[in-house]
Amino acid sequence: MTTASATAYRVVIGLETHVQLRTQSKMFCGCAADYANARPNTHVCPVCLGMPGVLPVINREAVDHTIRTGLALNCEIPEYAKFDRKNYAYPDLMKWYQISQYDLPLCINGHFDVEVDGATTRVGITRVHLEEDTARLTHVTAADGAPASLIDVNRSGSPLMEIVSEPDIRTPAEAMAYGEKLRALLRWIGVSTANMEDGALRIDANISVWPQGEPIGDVKVEVKNMNSFRALGRALAFEIERQTGRRERGEAIEQETRGWDETSGATRSQRTKEYAHDYRYFPEPDLPPLHVTRQRVDALRAALPRMPDQVAADLIQQSAPEADVAELVQDRPLTDYTLAVIEAGASAGEAVTWIVHEFRRALNAQPNRGAAIPIPPAEIASLLTLRAKGSVSSTMAGEVLDEMFATGKAAEDIVQARGPQISGQDELLAIARLVIQENPQAVQDYRDGKGRALQFLMGQVMRITRGKANPKAVSELIRSELESA
Amino acid sequence: MADELYLLTLHAAARGLRSGTFSSVELTRSLLDRIESVDGRVGAYLTVTADLALEQAADADTRRASGRDGPLLGLPIALKDVLSTAGVQTTCASRILEGFIPPYDATAVTRLKNAGAVTLGKTNMDEFAMGSSNEHSGYKPARNPWNLDKVPGGSSGGSAAAVAADECLAALGSDTGGSVRQPAALCGCVGLKPTYGRISRFGLIAFASSLDQIGVLTKDVTDAALLLGVLAGHDPRDSTSADEPVPEYGGELNGDIGGLRIGVAPEYFGEGLDPQVGDSVRAAIDDLRGLGATEREISLPHTEYALPTYYVIAPSEASANLARYNGVKYGLSDPQATDVDEMMARIRGRGFGSEVKRRIMIGTFALSSGYYDAYYVRAQKVRTLIKSDFETAFQDVDVIAAPVVPSPAFDLGAKLDDPVAMYQSDIMTLPASLAGLPCMSIPCGFVDGLPVGLQLIAPPFAESRLLQAARAYERARGNLPAPLKAIDAA
Ligand SMILES: [Zn+2]
Repeated sequence: MTTASATAYRVVIGLETHVQLRTQSKMFCGCAADYANARPNTHVCPVCLGMPGVLPVINREAVDHTIRTGLALNCEIPEYAKFDRKNYAYPDLMKWYQISQYDLPLCINGHFDVEVDGATTRVGITRVHLEEDTARLTHVTAADGAPASLIDVNRSGSPLMEIVSEPDIRTPAEAMAYGEKLRALLRWIGVSTANMEDGALRIDANISVWPQGEPIGDVKVEVKNMNSFRALGRALAFEIERQTGRRERGEAIEQETRGWDETSGATRSQRTKEYAHDYRYFPEPDLPPLHVTRQRVDALRAALPRMPDQVAADLIQQSAPEADVAELVQDRPLTDYTLAVIEAGASAGEAVTWIVHEFRRALNAQPNRGAAIPIPPAEIASLLTLRAKGSVSSTMAGEVLDEMFATGKAAEDIVQARGPQISGQDELLAIARLVIQENPQAVQDYRDGKGRALQFLMGQVMRITRGKANPKAVSELIRSELESA
Repeated sequence: MADELYLLTLHAAARGLRSGTFSSVELTRSLLDRIESVDGRVGAYLTVTADLALEQAADADTRRASGRDGPLLGLPIALKDVLSTAGVQTTCASRILEGFIPPYDATAVTRLKNAGAVTLGKTNMDEFAMGSSNEHSGYKPARNPWNLDKVPGGSSGGSAAAVAADECLAALGSDTGGSVRQPAALCGCVGLKPTYGRISRFGLIAFASSLDQIGVLTKDVTDAALLLGVLAGHDPRDSTSADEPVPEYGGELNGDIGGLRIGVAPEYFGEGLDPQVGDSVRAAIDDLRGLGATEREISLPHTEYALPTYYVIAPSEASANLARYNGVKYGLSDPQATDVDEMMARIRGRGFGSEVKRRIMIGTFALSSGYYDAYYVRAQKVRTLIKSDFETAFQDVDVIAAPVVPSPAFDLGAKLDDPVAMYQSDIMTLPASLAGLPCMSIPCGFVDGLPVGLQLIAPPFAESRLLQAARAYERARGNLPAPLKAIDAA
């Protein structure tokens, strides 16, 4: 996008995000919703196959997840919602209609703040509604060489939530930030894995470009098939370029659906307005309207965790570094763990930084890692305290942590067993002098101004003391010995 | 005696089984023989499951011998082919479902089986329950046992004909706009459509979901109460089924109706009503007054809008409900088709009959963008007005009495080319369907040798009151001086 066109045109972007919900069973039947590793067509029943005479029954957990999401996105939860039938004929749709929500969704009128380069944009959330997913079609070539389509009904009837934003987004970067932050939020509140690569999170964009100063019209282009946030950003950048070009040449922008093609790096027209669907929505007569009681909403609100934005603000206020906090709050279990470590007495700044870098490295290195973190937070707090007092060096803290993971022993016990850190002046001085004596080349290098020589000499001291020396003390000792000699 | 067991009512047969006068196998055989001898002329059944019935009967006899009982133990009943039956072909009388064998029973069927019933087979009907004469069956028409040139009514025409021709002791039907009451009236049997939601719709193949309700066709009111008691109740698999207590319908049946307030609306006795049918229904109301009931005139001003309202709402829902029949998973298939769109178009073109196609098109149109507000939304508003007509009326009366059908059964073919004339046949049953109210048809006389029915309508979930009034009338009426049924002549 050229700077000239950026100033001459306004970009209007709205996002529609489909989210597969993490529930026990499917949206309207008892089939297990977790079909990830199942053989095709094994998680099916007459209801999700759309057989004659069967009826849908609403999955309460999916409704709760949707309300949770709405609350996290600052939405209103109206007292009455209903399901509607969205009619279209396609082989991946078992009943040839999809049970969705049309004019009375579960959540409306929310907002979501997105940060790009330190600037915050408030994106309106039009609605969050609930529907059922379709089956999956795979197009293959049969043994006789003819094209064939295979249907896997496992996904049919899975709970799918759609989050529709207001057209408040102005740049591809904002769109990407919205997507990334939304993904983190969905994981945070536990309603979805939100993995884009397996389709649990799918983002479509509506985008239009208008001459600056002119009113924003109705025509917009829907862009689909973006499999990553990067693809989302690239597709939008491409569309801005394409639509701006058309405007500059005085060509009209057609209302259409375009698909993003990753290999060519371009969007391609899939369907124009003349072929636009008339979905013939009408209220689903098999399901009575949903009465969402205040008690239910209050209970869900009360049970929601504090939102990542709030937690981050708190930690930053307790002088944890912003970058580390931003990284930490991508991961809800690790954040909860960190908060527990702080609660147990560690300082916020140290805990956040050390956990994001040191602790996470060790945690990820664990073989057969389960969902739970095996070390009690209080143990990490005590290790951090030992480290803060200087009784454990940074290096040693890492080793102690590894041993804690390996043996399940308490931090203090491990440190004790290793013996206390040597910081007694006399003992250390003797060792430092010995090292200086035995390494004349390094001493010469130091005098020649080679900084790494000091590191080498320190390493020698640490080796002899088996890491139990206070590094700060060692560095000072060696330096003063070398200077005074 | 054994060869005439098929003539019995459910409750009389139950007495015979309990006292050991005959066995369920004997009873079932008698009915299968009767079917064998008359159904070629009546066409009431699409599928007769003789072996299954005899197996169930033998099982019932064994259970009884070991001291067990059940409300319907050993009693043979027919099922409208709109009800899913596990392992038994279920077609809705449509070619598009030819060969479809569901892996599940409708909840109503499960309840019958749990009560010990023997299932004789699947009865004929208008395709997907769309029609008022049974001529829209995709397989064959059913005929009126009183006069084989006449229609039995529809859409539960096969069930009504089977009961009237003594080819079952009782039958299940479904009523969307009158599909139980109208054929019951035309065939001279008792037809009960309970409150919407009283009986689970799970496994009832949908025509118009907000109107469809399973009903029963029986030889008398006592049998209707007996069956309703078995079928009624909440079903977690049907979210629209009512979580209302199920009273002892049989126990309250023979109560006194002194003081019962009967509402009569002039809207049901106007133009188009055959005067002899009108006289018959009025005479029945007089009989009820003779039992101590009082008559009050009421007004149901939106009655005339019921027909257009129904013919927007029902086809709209049907257009979505019938979308799933595309030949991919069950029923007809088309190996000749070269791509999926062609296959689906050919299956639907070949598999659906003309009336079904007409209603799918009407419904698709009514829901289309630009027409939705003018048709569907307006029809829903009128439906609310029709409902509130009844609510107002029921502040002053306990039941409403009316004719069921404007005239007795008509000739086969008479209305086949005139859909609107056919639709008129339902004008007196549609309002109660749109309002979701419990209602019945009880035989109240004959006109030109053909049965006429009295319709009673009650407030939601007042089936006990409805049955009580119907039973009181039935007792007062006594045996009607009936002509010989054509099926029994010669
Ligand atoms: Zn299922």
